[in-house]
Amino acid sequence: MNADRRPGRAFVFGDNVDTDALAPGLYMKGSIETLARHCLEALDSGFAGAVRPGDFVVGGENFGMGSSREQAAMVLRQLGVEAVIARSFAGLFFRNCLNLGLAPLECAGAGSIQSGDVLTVDPVAGRIINRSRAQTYSCVPIPDHLLEMVKDGGLLPHLAKKLERQRDVS
Amino acid sequence: MGRTLAEKIIARAAGRDFVQPGQIVTCRVDLAMVHDSSGPRRHKAMLEQLGAKPWDVSRIVVVTDHYVPAFDAESAAILDLTRRWVRDEGVANFYDMEGICHVILPERGHLRPGMFAVGGDSHSPTAGAWGCFMFGIGATEMCGVLVTGEIWLKVPPTHLVRWNGRLGEGVAAKDIMLALCRDVGLGTVKYGVVEYTGSAVAASSMAERMVLTNMSAELGAQTGIIAPDRVTVEALAAAGVSVPEAASWQGDADAIYAKVWEFDASALVPQVAAPHSPANAAPVGDHRGVKIDQCYIGACTGAKLDDLRMAASILRGRKVARGTRLLVAPASQRITAAAAADGTLAALAEAGAILMPSGCGACAGYGAGVLAEREVCLSSTARNFKGRMGHSDSLVYLGSAYTVAASAVTGRITDPRPMLAEKVAA
Repeated sequence: MNADRRPGRAFVFGDNVDTDALAPGLYMKGSIETLARHCLEALDSGFAGAVRPGDFVVGGENFGMGSSREQAAMVLRQLGVEAVIARSFAGLFFRNCLNLGLAPLECAGAGSIQSGDVLTVDPVAGRIINRSRAQTYSCVPIPDHLLEMVKDGGLLPHLAKKLERQRDVS
Repeated sequence: MGRTLAEKIIARAAGRDFVQPGQIVTCRVDLAMVHDSSGPRRHKAMLEQLGAKPWDVSRIVVVTDHYVPAFDAESAAILDLTRRWVRDEGVANFYDMEGICHVILPERGHLRPGMFAVGGDSHSPTAGAWGCFMFGIGATEMCGVLVTGEIWLKVPPTHLVRWNGRLGEGVAAKDIMLALCRDVGLGTVKYGVVEYTGSAVAASSMAERMVLTNMSAELGAQTGIIAPDRVTVEALAAAGVSVPEAASWQGDADAIYAKVWEFDASALVPQVAAPHSPANAAPVGDHRGVKIDQCYIGACTGAKLDDLRMAASILRGRKVARGTRLLVAPASQRITAAAAADGTLAALAEAGAILMPSGCGACAGYGAGVLAEREVCLSSTARNFKGRMGHSDSLVYLGSAYTVAASAVTGRITDPRPMLAEKVAA
């Protein structure tokens, strides 16, 4: 979740993108690399092959509905997706993204983004610039109590730091 | 100011006198449940990386239900890793191939009203039927719980969903939830709590109440909950749990709800949700005649003893149609035993149903019973997302166990009510 603001392309999906589409059950027992090759194939069979590191996935309402499987967020990170932008997120998926260091950006303007648009995103400032359309959208900022975890790169590195501190004290 | 039941449980777990929606709190976790897919397989390496041990193994429940029984080398390895972790950490609460986690928890007496619990599965809200606040989390977040015994929470607002009136013959809790997916929508409650109340809920069994809280996940809720009553207390006693204060876990009469939704159970007819969303629900008659390749009665949502009995009430004296297959995967080993004892299983088997192991199975496309391209399935499970039960171009309809059984008899989507009436008349 770095803020180097490299431009990336938008891959746009609709409302209610579900976790089974992101991480299909048929491939859940395999490696994350295998699973990632099937990411979103039920909605767009070309997605996993076309997406490049630094690109963005854009959705409508209730993005990530369904399962608790955090592989739904992991596969996006595995494919190099920089951030997920949507009008709203399913709560469980939203938590998983933050825990895994993938920025979930709730953005009322997400509906203006078209597939192929070139975006730059500053997740900490909560700002998306659509270079293709010369538009700027603001997103809901990441909650204060999670900022430190997000800056640490997710829950595991955050916990490691916390445990390290505890061990130093004791 | 009045508090909802969910707010009271969160306040207790957060060590506060009261909490209000929107507030960020840290809660102590009373119980953490994981299964073979999201559990040790994922958190073992994370714990090792952190050099940390589980905070309290007596509060951890591990269930194998997703890859059971093993069907290839990979699934066998996942189960083997799960068993080894449980043994190495000394987890006593381990249920190996004995049933689906959400059904095992109450069946084996792990739930108590007022409990604050997390599960490594999105249908964890099922426990809300027992007056618990339980929600699903991902494996990394579960690792955090296992290390600290705590989790943060933004106190969710509560939506009150009231079903008054009496469900008609052949209409079940599943029909209530499919109607709600359509009428309330899949994201409207925005990770709030859905509390179910009303005379139709009060009149329903624990198994049927568990369908309501279970499918709260489909409504986009953080969890669902039902205040305990006499039915709850009696069911707890049957599971060997004595909780004298159980019925004290109630919302206040002047509690503040984000919204109150009112529905009439007596007006509800059997529902069927068309592919690829539970929100595509409509009266069964709207889908009449759709040809079905596979009928499936299974999963945490739709294969408890009540569901098997619903199916048997249709199938006694009838046969599964040629060209259609009916797969039945009872939700737990104990349910299988009870269904064997009361003649339910015999009725299913004589009708031509194929009995499957207890587990999540085909519901999530993990186990046996997945679909080929263009195949059509009618299922008593919770989700019919595109590709979930197999090939991405298969089609899944959702309905109650009554509707699935009636449709198995004709090979087409069928209203179960005439068959039930015919049986009564005979």
